[in-house]
Amino acid sequence: MKIRIKREKSKEKKPYIEEFEIDKEETILNALIEVKEKKDNSFAFRCGCKTGVCGSCAVRVNGTERLACKTHFKDNDLVEPLNNAKVIKDLIVDLEHEYKLLENSETFLHKASSGQITKSDEKLIDTQSNCILCQSCFSSCPVYEVNKDFLGPYSLTRALRYVNDKKESNSAPILEKIQNNGIWDCTLCGNCTLVCPQFIDPKSDIMNLRMKSVQKGYEDKSIASFNSGFDTGFDSFGGFNPNGF
Amino acid sequence: MIDILIIGSGGAGLSAALKAKEENASVLVVSKTHTTHSQTCQAQGGINAVLETTENDSIENYEKDTYKASHKLANKKSLKYFCENSKQTINWLDSIGVPFSRDENNNIAQRKFGGTKAKRTCYSSDYTGHKILHTLYDQCIKNSIDFKNEHLLLKLLTKNNTVTSALFLDIKTGEIVQIDAKTVILATGGYGGIYHNFTTNSYATTGDGIAVAFKAGAKLSNMEFIQFHPTSLLNKNILISESARGEGGYLIDSKGKRFIDELKPRDEVARAIYKKYEEGDKVYLDLTHLGKEKIEEVIPQERRLVLDFLKIKMEEEVIPITPSAHYSMGGILTDEYAQTNIENLFACGECAQSGIHGANRLGGNSLLEIVTFGRLAAKNAAKKAKEVKCEEKNENNLETEKKRVAKILKKEKNEDFYKSKNIIGELLFNKVGLFREKNTLEEALKYLEEEKNKIKSMGIEDKSKEYNKNLVEYLEFENILLLCQIVTNCAYKREESRGAHFRTDFIKEDKKFDKISICKLENSDIITTFEEIK
Ligand SMILES: Cc1cc2nc3c(=O)[nH]c(=O)nc-3n(C[C@H](O)[C@H](O)[C@H](O)COP(=O)(O)OP(=O)(O)OC[C@H]3O[C@@H](n4cnc5c(N)ncnc54)[C@H](O)[C@@H]3O)c2cc1C
Ligand code: SF4
Ligand code: SF4
Ligand code: FES
Repeated sequence: MKIRIKREKSKEKKPYIEEFEIDKEETILNALIEVKEKKDNSFAFRCGCKTGVCGSCAVRVNGTERLACKTHFKDNDLVEPLNNAKVIKDLIVDLEHEYKLLENSETFLHKASSGQITKSDEKLIDTQSNCILCQSCFSSCPVYEVNKDFLGPYSLTRALRYVNDKKESNSAPILEKIQNNGIWDCTLCGNCTLVCPQFIDPKSDIMNLRMKSVQKGYEDKSIASFNSGFDTGFDSFGGFNPNGF
Repeated sequence: MIDILIIGSGGAGLSAALKAKEENASVLVVSKTHTTHSQTCQAQGGINAVLETTENDSIENYEKDTYKASHKLANKKSLKYFCENSKQTINWLDSIGVPFSRDENNNIAQRKFGGTKAKRTCYSSDYTGHKILHTLYDQCIKNSIDFKNEHLLLKLLTKNNTVTSALFLDIKTGEIVQIDAKTVILATGGYGGIYHNFTTNSYATTGDGIAVAFKAGAKLSNMEFIQFHPTSLLNKNILISESARGEGGYLIDSKGKRFIDELKPRDEVARAIYKKYEEGDKVYLDLTHLGKEKIEEVIPQERRLVLDFLKIKMEEEVIPITPSAHYSMGGILTDEYAQTNIENLFACGECAQSGIHGANRLGGNSLLEIVTFGRLAAKNAAKKAKEVKCEEKNENNLETEKKRVAKILKKEKNEDFYKSKNIIGELLFNKVGLFREKNTLEEALKYLEEEKNKIKSMGIEDKSKEYNKNLVEYLEFENILLLCQIVTNCAYKREESRGAHFRTDFIKEDKKFDKISICKLENSDIITTFEEIK
């Protein structure tokens, strides 16, 4: 069986696709480990938990964002680094944007309320708080092509997680923070929803936040953002890619 | 100069960082991974606490259960602090936004774990560690905590047995950097990962911090005690949380018979399963009687894991399982202030031996430990930092370390350390695993010594500077090898059976060993002794 991997060794050299023979029919992660240990020690990628919960092994497999540890390996699979982030080496991309995105959207508990939390209150934020920050949605999102400051799917999903948290007695700053470069910049293409390994639906979360924002008196900027989104569904490798495949 | 340098960004490191901020200390968190990639995210089952004293439970009961599981090796003073503060610790986590699951009465829900008499384990479905880690991270962002990610700790610098600085490999750039600090907190996680390919641990859990501290003169303790989790997926080493048994799952052999009380302490359950395998039988976890609805409610992650990795629906079929190395009870010896024997050096979380777990850890106690002692370490470090005068730092060590790493990069590759890492993992599981004895331990020691001699010819293929993962893994391998030797040495010296440490040649607990083991480096030799518990 063959695996094809997009390699990038340094800034000076151009990226290229390299093929390796693989013995075991297992996960993509195991194939990557086999390549690194037995074929080319210099090959670099991230991994940690091997159980789909640390989010470190996200890559693109045949053009779609996947967790390497949870993806079954098939002959001829093409593995590439995530999009929208600078490649440092091979499958390793720079993740330093994460802190900034979360900081800019103020996705944390601002002021704890003393009210009682019920079972259903907890359920309300369960899905969103399962996000593992794997960056898959980030990589699949077309908006970054034109707007590097877009807060993006996982930050916005996290924003909803805190806005909906009954423990939060002051969610106003979060809603305030996501008006610019946030909910209205999303094109609602749904890529993020398709690729999320945690079955989170950032697109719906964003629509939900739009509704809440309008209810709080913020301007509905969705018409404007529709136009910009329409022009930008192109990624640098595969052309227009509405479904992330 | 910063007040507190925290090394490691798992639950222990982040709890420490937030406490440091509360104490108005300046703080920097440096870690070899990104924050949420830390192993704490893997904890599923829960975190223990006595939330309410009832006829069923009390702080004293909690202390008693934990002490009993420790087989007399817990430090009663530290244990008392740990248990007494448990409610406060959970309340703190709750107050910063950890979404704990609730019960019918809207209280934080609790489930029963092995080795306890009461329902004491709080949880967030079965993503407890993940949700704690992410909430702590969110709070760190709120508090503008500074992080340096992907920096590998190489060395701790000391002067007069006082820590002054730490040296790191900036993985991204390949530079060696020195960070000076008034106090240092190690929160680098455990060493279960040395059982490579036979462990539930993250690939990044290689015990670096413990090895580095050891080389700097820190005392290690109880390194022989490795907890093997009874239920990981066969051939995958993926954990199926104890909550599966806590919620009523059965362990059955291939004839469908139950053979042990599933809620006995982990060491007993794991050995019973291992024995079945030695007899040529297989063991399965049976959850079919729970029904899909209950499974979806209480252990959704386990269901998904089993479906993803074995293609088995747990409400319909039984799940093949084996034990694997899971948690390391030993670590850097700390006192009741979370301080090590090196001045101004603190340790917390799984890298520390803080006197809680002794010979066997109760499920749910380590998440509580990382938060409790993370906060305690930061409190005491902040206090200590106020007394430290800033001095000019000696930079000779930086040059020496730069040369050492440059030399490693130049070496020819005649031996393959990846191959050694795989062999050693298996060797450890078989010879320093659930059952141990003099002969096999001697064999292991001999093998490890030979491996050590081979290090000279283990070069690295990748000669590049930026993001040299090959170099990182080589440096980790050196730590792994050292820790393997230490663990085996301690297992060899403890001629008795106690908790997770079972010697087939000394099957009884021996009063003579009502002591903690201590490992120190003396003239490049590993010296193991036994000390009374203070
Ligand atoms: C599958 C699984 C399930 C578990 N379930 C439970 C449970 O239900 N309940 C419970 O109480 N416990 C559980 N545990 C145990 C618990 O998760 C761990 O003990 C705990 O998370 C350890 O936290 P920590 O902060 O000490 O270390 P970690 O979370 O391991 O973090 C260590 C940090 O140190 C950094 N680091 C390591 N080496 C270096 C270096 N050389 N230089 C710089 N940084 C370094 C790492 O990058 C990381 O950030 C489980 C463990 C596993 C593996
Ligand atoms: S929302 Fe889903 S895809 Fe995006 S970071 Fe979180 S887990 Fe990953
Ligand atoms: S719906 Fe499309 S544009 Fe909106 S956040 Fe998701 S991927 Fe980005
Ligand atoms: S290795 Fe952790 S998500 Fe894949």
